[in-house]
Amino acid sequence: MPLAREESSPLFAGTAAGTLRLIFYLAMAMVLMVLDHRNGWLWRLRYATAIVVEPIYRLASLPADGFHAASVAFADRRMLTEQNQRLREDLLLANAKLNRMAAVAEQNQRLKELLDTQHSLELHVQLARVIGVDMGAYRHRIMINLGARDGIKTGQPVIDAHGVVGQIVDVLPNSAMVMLVTDPDHAVPVVIQRTGLRTIAYGSRNGQQLTLPNVPMAADVHEGDKLLTSGLGGRFPQGFPVGEVSNVGPAPTGMFLEAHAEPSADLDRVDEVLVLHDLAESAGPPPPAQPAGPPASEAPVPASTAAAPRAPAPVFTTPPAQSAPTGTPQT
Amino acid sequence: MSRQRLSFWWFVGTLVAALLLMLVPLPHVLDAFKPYWLALVLLYWALESGEQRVTLGLAFILGIFADLLTGVLLGEQALRLCVLAFIALRFRSRLRFFPMWQQTLAVLALLINDRFLLLVVRAFAGESTPPALWWASPFVSAVLWPFLFLLLDDLRMRLRLQ
Repeated sequence: MPLAREESSPLFAGTAAGTLRLIFYLAMAMVLMVLDHRNGWLWRLRYATAIVVEPIYRLASLPADGFHAASVAFADRRMLTEQNQRLREDLLLANAKLNRMAAVAEQNQRLKELLDTQHSLELHVQLARVIGVDMGAYRHRIMINLGARDGIKTGQPVIDAHGVVGQIVDVLPNSAMVMLVTDPDHAVPVVIQRTGLRTIAYGSRNGQQLTLPNVPMAADVHEGDKLLTSGLGGRFPQGFPVGEVSNVGPAPTGMFLEAHAEPSADLDRVDEVLVLHDLAESAGPPPPAQPAGPPASEAPVPASTAAAPRAPAPVFTTPPAQSAPTGTPQT
Repeated sequence: MSRQRLSFWWFVGTLVAALLLMLVPLPHVLDAFKPYWLALVLLYWALESGEQRVTLGLAFILGIFADLLTGVLLGEQALRLCVLAFIALRFRSRLRFFPMWQQTLAVLALLINDRFLLLVVRAFAGESTPPALWWASPFVSAVLWPFLFLLLDDLRMRLRLQ
């Protein structure tokens, strides 16, 4: 260590100029934070600087990718053979199930056409790879390698082979950020498979669980119940597995039962995910009935204002042919 | 002249490496124990070169970069690194000549202070409070500090950089 003495760093007292500078920078940081919090500038800025930011992500994910490649390259031959065998069996089983389902699905489709509903069992998905970048501990975010150029939009659901992973929250040109279902700020409308009870699964504050904080006291919820997406709210399509109830107890408020659930998706070691492109059929409340009384021009004011927010409602009246690769835009 | 340039690039290189290390994922179990590399490297340079290199402005810009990369809240890390750099520079003359264990304790205190700041910022931004294990990171960083300090110092000596 060079022992040069600098007069700029006195032994005890600092200078007032240094403190002033600190205050200046702190104020600037706070202004930035408030502006960003209010307007969400950060993502616009990131989108603009994506040409710098994205290569850095790819660079930072190299160690994880290298580790993955090495684990494959040095894997035991026997292990690989075993894995191959297992996958083959799984595929056989899945194919057998699919073949049985095909007939049923077709029948279902016909019946649904008769009923004039437009739920479809088809999936429009895009395969995405997870970029191995750390977005901070307890942030419940992952990065995928598809972005605006691949047609990804904010709000699209993301699933893996076992269940719902989360949804897209931010999009860069070639990558996108996915908020996991375990994030405390995330909520999914779910239905309990066994009983059909509808409730909402939130992420939980500590760790890798889901919380269902407001299950009615009298509800029939057991350990081991499967949670599926209910399709309400119109963001997640209906019928994807979300989790499995691991324990149920009275909530701290005493008004409700609180259940905890393990997410079905393999959130910890998810490698490849599917981004869903067909958005859920909007299963909200039906559009208000046309007032049968006076003509619309003379209708009372409240009726017309009630009808106004449901402007995209004609979706319900269109014939069922509307499948959604182009998608109804959703905010 | 070229040595001076080399030492400048060494300085920049360590900071960029710290930014990258911040993004490199650890195995999932160790996620919570990830040290705050950027703060450690910035602290090293603040103690080593003082105001010649590490100024509040540099800390601010570095923090903005880090915010851009992690995408949390623009200005959050800028604020934290500014406070860190300010305290480190203010007490630099004393911190430098502390024995290593005392220096480590000082670093620990700085980093815990940093976590408190982060907690306050997050509370204002309306995020939920993190679990208890979240506080483990400063301790891991403090344990790593002597090794990082000795490593960087040794490399600097070997390369005869300033």
